[in-house]
Amino acid sequence: MTVVYSAPVPAQTCAPETAERRDVLKQRGQHEVFCGLTSIMWLHRKMQDAFFLIVGSRTCAHLMQSAAGVMIFAEPRFATAIIDERDLAGMADMNEELDKVVERLLTRRPDIKLLVLVGSCPSEVIKLDLPRAANRLNGAHSPACRVMAYSGSGIETTFTQGEDNFLAALVADMPAEAADAAASLVVVGALGDVVEDQMMRVFTGLGIGPVRFLPSRSSTTLPPVGPNTRFILAQPWVGACAQALERRGAQRISAPFPLGEEGSTAWYRAIAGSFGVAEARFDAITAPGRDRARRAVERYRPVLEGKSVFLFPDSQLEPSLARFLSRELATSIVEIGTPYLNREVVGAELAMLPESVRVSEGQDVDKQIDRVESDNPDLIICGMGLGNPFEAQGRSTKWSIEFVFTPIQGYEQAGDLAELIARPLMRRSLLKVGA
Amino acid sequence: MELTVWTYEGPPHVGAIRIANSMRDVHFVLHAPQGDTYADLLFTMIERNRKRPPVTYTTFQARDLSGDTAEIFKIAAREAVERFKPQALLVGASCTAELIQDDPGGLAKALGLSVPVVALELPSYQKKENWGAAETFYRLVRAFAGGAGKPDVAPERASCNILGPSSLGFRNRDDIIEITRIVEALGIRINTVAPLGASPADLARIPQAHFNIVLYPEIADNAARWLKRQFGQEMVAIAPIGVGATQDFIAAVAGVAGVEVPASLTADGAERLSWYSRSIDSNYLTGKRVFIFGDATHAVAAARIASEELGFKVCGLGTYSREFARDVREAAAKYGVEPLISDNHLDVEDAIIAAQPELVLGTQMERHAAKRLRIPCAVISSPVHVQDFPARYSPQMGFEGANVIFDSWVHPLMMGLEEHLLQMFRGDFEFHDDAGSSHLGHGHGGAADT
Repeated sequence: MTVVYSAPVPAQTCAPETAERRDVLKQRGQHEVFCGLTSIMWLHRKMQDAFFLIVGSRTCAHLMQSAAGVMIFAEPRFATAIIDERDLAGMADMNEELDKVVERLLTRRPDIKLLVLVGSCPSEVIKLDLPRAANRLNGAHSPACRVMAYSGSGIETTFTQGEDNFLAALVADMPAEAADAAASLVVVGALGDVVEDQMMRVFTGLGIGPVRFLPSRSSTTLPPVGPNTRFILAQPWVGACAQALERRGAQRISAPFPLGEEGSTAWYRAIAGSFGVAEARFDAITAPGRDRARRAVERYRPVLEGKSVFLFPDSQLEPSLARFLSRELATSIVEIGTPYLNREVVGAELAMLPESVRVSEGQDVDKQIDRVESDNPDLIICGMGLGNPFEAQGRSTKWSIEFVFTPIQGYEQAGDLAELIARPLMRRSLLKVGA
Repeated sequence: MELTVWTYEGPPHVGAIRIANSMRDVHFVLHAPQGDTYADLLFTMIERNRKRPPVTYTTFQARDLSGDTAEIFKIAAREAVERFKPQALLVGASCTAELIQDDPGGLAKALGLSVPVVALELPSYQKKENWGAAETFYRLVRAFAGGAGKPDVAPERASCNILGPSSLGFRNRDDIIEITRIVEALGIRINTVAPLGASPADLARIPQAHFNIVLYPEIADNAARWLKRQFGQEMVAIAPIGVGATQDFIAAVAGVAGVEVPASLTADGAERLSWYSRSIDSNYLTGKRVFIFGDATHAVAAARIASEELGFKVCGLGTYSREFARDVREAAAKYGVEPLISDNHLDVEDAIIAAQPELVLGTQMERHAAKRLRIPCAVISSPVHVQDFPARYSPQMGFEGANVIFDSWVHPLMMGLEEHLLQMFRGDFEFHDDAGSSHLGHGHGGAADT
């Protein structure tokens, strides 16, 4: 379904974007976002035999422990090799130092099958060549442990883009699929295990297979890829990985993202269409899930219907969330902020939204807060640095990071997703203390 | 290069942000890459602040590196002054910005801003959070108190400044209330509390007091020493944590101020720790082996309380504050243990295992090491997480602080009767060694609720 809207009145600093016929507000100022390193927080749980070694500064280590909160104590499968002044002054050879750190780490954790060197702002600025270091270390430690590298630095990546870089780097390691293999499907983007399992049940019902997930739960079971591979994005932030898969001959299936009943159905339908599943079978398999999802979401409609929502940039999930909120919960979207707008990936989402919706890419957080003041939205979806300050002003907020850490995709989670968003408003009406 | 999972302190610019966030009418422009704004949530989430920290980050990206990052800094500084209208502007660089060497201080001076600019040098690859906080506070005090010569201080009434309490400091919010009460009971006027709650104008008034009380040397020692050299202000740097330390503190403050100590401050019942600790139910606390780790101030204070006021046996003592290692070494010698000066949490964990304590008094990290080792634990020092910014009044200092300490250090230990019964009857299907203390809830591990 494609709807073409006429261009809205341009905001002050708009540059016309003819491709979408929708103006996008672009401002350069303070970005109140996480860097890509934070994606390690869920990646190390998803791929259980991998260890993520950040090569960076004390700030990187401090970020990880502040953001990871309590989780850090369960002997996490990530750490930081902190660059110190001896490294910078050239008193110590940084590559030799890194080799020593890796040696010590692998002695301590012999169960690691994949060691991932993660680049940071300091390592990128001093141009420490981590891919080369990974190659060198691979020579020393394979086959017991494979070593690879990607960048999660803040200068190059915002929050979930860290996962994109990791997955794009993994693509090179995916085995080649046999030339005569039957059509297979790869679902791209880390999902909760429960979501993967539910999706597998739908695919089995539709008769689609083999289906594999990237990232896989183990580094040794990466899906094969080749010209007979079709892939679909389950998360909007994996654009670079999509390009890497295309370079290996895989074909992309385009769809909105599986949030809410409508998004999930469109997502499954695109896959079913690609694999030639009959409409009757598609309806028979998806009807119960669609019905459950609609009923579950309906419960929260009274809370959210007619409410205005303002989304700050965070994960790139914002256009999909806004589409779900607008179409299934009847909210009015004031602004969709996104750290990065990949039109190819989220164009379908934006096309389903009314033209009155303001889209902003990048951020000048002070000016964005000014817009909140003048728009006076009923609900703000924003990061943890802004949530409490807004609440203290009497505004309602939903902290956005939770959408990345919670299973929200597919039919069974549609109600949970609605509840996540409705909860702050429900809570506000419950509390009889304070402002 | 050093392998680390957990760090006791953040980078020095986090210390600088703590000072900026402690004060009023100060704004900090930090040259830093995108992502370093994570520091905001230390304040909005852990400390549960109602306002954003007064920091503008330049959040430059890779594409800016080929352009003019200095220009980005200048725009950010100019706009921050226009928007927030502070009395003073701090400028500095985070670790990545330090590498690209844009010189925020020089750039800010060249802008000809309408407010005083205090430039910070924060060597991120050598120094850490507390050093950054102390340096920032010192620079601010110098900038605003340093202008005039020695002021005429009215001799008739003793007055003091309380220096050191800061944002994200362990229980600083309530310590000030407790100490203010004591100082005022001595008839001493409090001229300024800084940095917490102070403005640059307040810093300018610091020389007008007779003397300085340094509550947290990690933050205010540098500044107080400078004030002593510059204005001859005496400093009292006894951290009043524990009954004995509080009494010493009162005596020292009264001595410097030349006032009598009123009976209300020495009367039996000023605090409850002394009686609680003497009461027969505390008998079984005698000789409990305790391992202590934290910043130097809290670790040294804890060792004295443990040894002299609760009758524990100090079996390990250490700090991550290298700047104050000497104090900890002296204390360790007094209690006959080897001092542990380290910022490596794995070393600390090894030392805990070797010391075989029955109670660990440490930071957030020791809480979790102790949980893994199934040893009871209480938190006595930063770094701490959100649980240690409680809603209730919970100072560590002064008389009420001693009460809080008695409750929170004894609570994780197994209650007396249960401990006796466990040694008598070992085969109980519910109450056994592995089940942990039943007063902490069933099937609970050894550590206090985490």
